[in-house]
Amino acid sequence: MNFLYAALAATWAIHVGYLITLVRRYSRLKAEIEELKK
Amino acid sequence: MKRLFPLLGVLTAALLTYALYAALEIAPREATMGDVQRIFYYHVPSAWTAFLLFFLNFVASVQYLVRPHPLADRLAKWVAIAIGVGSSIGAFVMPLPAGVEPGSVATTGLAITGIYFLIRKCFSLEATDALAVTTAEVGVVFCTVVLVTGPLWARPVWGIWWTWDVRLTSTLVLWLIYVSYLMLRRFSSSGQTAILAAALAVFGALDVPLVYFSIWIFRTQHPQPVIGGGGSIDPRMLRVLLINWLAFLCFAFLVCWSRYRLEMVKREVDEKQAMESLAEPRGV
Repeated sequence: MNFLYAALAATWAIHVGYLITLVRRYSRLKAEIEELKK
Repeated sequence: MKRLFPLLGVLTAALLTYALYAALEIAPREATMGDVQRIFYYHVPSAWTAFLLFFLNFVASVQYLVRPHPLADRLAKWVAIAIGVGSSIGAFVMPLPAGVEPGSVATTGLAITGIYFLIRKCFSLEATDALAVTTAEVGVVFCTVVLVTGPLWARPVWGIWWTWDVRLTSTLVLWLIYVSYLMLRRFSSSGQTAILAAALAVFGALDVPLVYFSIWIFRTQHPQPVIGGGGSIDPRMLRVLLINWLAFLCFAFLVCWSRYRLEMVKREVDEKQAMESLAEPRGV
């Protein structure tokens, strides 16, 4: 059972980790757009 | 479109929650492996989703390479048509391995042709390149899930975390190929990066059929296919598996959508920055 929960946790940790990198890239890009507008 | 995304997000979250419940509660307990077999409902859909994304990456890369050349473009179109027509006829005329349904072979062939022309119609040349980056990146994420959940399943069942058999090794190689593809895109500053990456993706995609069919062709530690190929699966398990795959497909679609938009906006910003730097008066 521990291996099952470890696999579920690992799956979602990988997906959430990737989503966090996407959000960070979005905010970096948003800052660049603001910079361009100035 | 702006309203559709949150709506799809809510629906996908609900579907993923139900899929998790189905995997843990509705699916019957496997007789020999016990509850640890439920990793199957995450491991297999993630692998199928990764394969699909790498296939999309392959089609987008081929189009990026051939579309600027009319003759190659026409040839690629005819190859795509030939795959659809050939597999539809061949599936019913030629002998197939035991357990492989002619209908599924024909459907796969027609789907390949359909996807080729759909991408051709909906994406410009620049957009096919953005689609290729998107599908490769999200595909690597799903392939990582496969490579992490696999050993977590193998340890209690086989007694080992990893073995260098054909299925496992070819999956690792597939992951490494696409990681190198992403590194090439990230760190190369050559003007030919997109073309080089597309060529790498075409060769990388050749590993996908090897991964998929390795358990049919070779004797491996990895189990034989339970769907097609003469394997069998409890219908309740199959239903839960398909629900999980649908949930992961919806999730992958949403992630790809976000990543694609990010890529397109990034390209616009890069272009504007380049134009601005050209327009700036030189300070020397």
